[in-house]
Amino acid sequence: MFPRPIQKSSSAWAATYQAMVPMALVLWLLPLIAVAVFSIKPDVDFTTGNYWGWPSSFKGFENYGKVFFASDMPRYLLNSVLITVPTVIGAVALSCMTGFALGVYKFRGNLLLFFMFVAGNFVPFQILMVPVRDLTLDMGLYNTKTGLVLFHVAFQTGFCTLFMRNFIRALPFELIEAARVEGVAEWRIFWFVVLPLMKPAIAALSVLIFTFIWNDYFWAVVLTQGAESQPVTAGITSFNAQYRAAYHLMSAGSIVAALPPVAMFFLMQRHFIAGLTLGAVK
Amino acid sequence: MADTMMPNSDGAPGWIRRNRQALAPFLFLLPGVLFFLFYVIFPILQSFNLSFYRWDGLGEPVYIGAENYIELLDDRAFEVSIWNNLKWLLMYLLAIPAGLAIALFLNQNVVGIRLYKSLFFFPFVISQVVVGLVFSWFYDPTFGLLNQILGFFGLGTLNVLGDPNLVTYGIILAGLWPQTAYCMILYLTGLNAVDPEQVEAARLDGAKGFKMLWYVIIPQLRPATFIAFVVTIIGALRSFDLISIMTNGGPFGSSRVLSFYMFEKALSEYGFRMGYGAAIAVVLFLIMLLFIAYFLWSMYEEEKGGR
Repeated sequence: MFPRPIQKSSSAWAATYQAMVPMALVLWLLPLIAVAVFSIKPDVDFTTGNYWGWPSSFKGFENYGKVFFASDMPRYLLNSVLITVPTVIGAVALSCMTGFALGVYKFRGNLLLFFMFVAGNFVPFQILMVPVRDLTLDMGLYNTKTGLVLFHVAFQTGFCTLFMRNFIRALPFELIEAARVEGVAEWRIFWFVVLPLMKPAIAALSVLIFTFIWNDYFWAVVLTQGAESQPVTAGITSFNAQYRAAYHLMSAGSIVAALPPVAMFFLMQRHFIAGLTLGAVK
Repeated sequence: MADTMMPNSDGAPGWIRRNRQALAPFLFLLPGVLFFLFYVIFPILQSFNLSFYRWDGLGEPVYIGAENYIELLDDRAFEVSIWNNLKWLLMYLLAIPAGLAIALFLNQNVVGIRLYKSLFFFPFVISQVVVGLVFSWFYDPTFGLLNQILGFFGLGTLNVLGDPNLVTYGIILAGLWPQTAYCMILYLTGLNAVDPEQVEAARLDGAKGFKMLWYVIIPQLRPATFIAFVVTIIGALRSFDLISIMTNGGPFGSSRVLSFYMFEKALSEYGFRMGYGAAIAVVLFLIMLLFIAYFLWSMYEEEKGGR
């Protein structure tokens, strides 16, 4: 283990370390802690200049209540859910198939197709912006959740294929060969042999894509406008315009907008990290 | 012969059954590839094409040859954006050593360390929109925490986001926050897999501290470093959200980068110059392509060694 385990050092140093970790954490998260404190402060603290002092009264319930009951925030949150969940399902389903095809079969152009997905996943969004916006307009899907979902599914398929294909490659190939010898149809091999083994990859990808799509801002701005279809990342800017300088409400709104991926991360931490760090270890 | 005439378990006709192994990958790939071609590959080509036209997004596009690109050469804002992109690229790479440093700091077995690790990772999970808001308040000249701290030490105030010379660095710093968290998690995973026997052997040979890190640990972290490098470069060139939220390109356009400038030209109130925007996007794409080609090449080298 590197660095040397703290337990092997002097006890004084071990105690110092134990104290340093939480202090470093507070420093690291300071900007976020500030927002959390803002969000429970009353209005009056901001007008009297009490930005960083102790909240003069606890107004957490009022502030968050306003976000949930007196603004478009619930609407935006619902939109985000309706955009994110179908995208996760679509992209994961498509990439299970593409990953299977590219990971299991040998055919000409296999690597080329794979690299197409990988390269496409790295391109700057801006090169797609004008044509995709146009395409969405032409299909009558501009400013709809469907338009956003279709694009997200297509784009995320690149990353998901990379992920799935590499995961399937690491599975024991003998299993598939044994099934073939038995005369099992290819789609049955996919469904009954490979798919059950892919559960960890599916879980990892689902949480990752959920986070990516929930946090997407660029495409939300390009393909939607207005409260009927915008997700919460875009909604928060109109929310902030509505409550300009009402820092307590803006903070509460930001925290609400940020919470779902955070909850997802803490619930599915193992899968999330396994997904993010795939390939970081050989 | 007899085999193909026999009814199959799944009732597939003979021809399909015989060619099943050749057909299967094609069918499995079809939906994904179609989607990807339609929404990613064709639009790239369309953008290349569009960059030779003048188009307001509504009327008929007019072919103007390389005029958009010639205009770019004299465009001050474009020059500023390119320089800022370069700053982003170089400064963003700091996330890699910073992430490694935090990972080394946290790679211990003490009570509650798992929770600490996930809390350190926190900034990566929240959206860049929120990160942008949080940092613009952090920098705020009237009440921002930064100026409170500076004031405490009697250093006067600093309007980071209002100063054309500082603004880009200020935004990059905000971007480094989640990016460092990402690199940290990559290295924590990598450190977990470092071969303990090699470390012990090196220790017996008297290696320790920085020497150990440089000659024994970092070489073993190569795969993690590669991924950290890929995601950091891509992240740096994609930067858009933070700029849009924190400064909207200002002050006086001094915090623009190519991705933001392109958006501004093509879709903002300054007029819909789709062709010109596409030309900017093409330049950004070509810069990115250098890196993409390198990444693909590294992956290809590795594939050759594999199955």
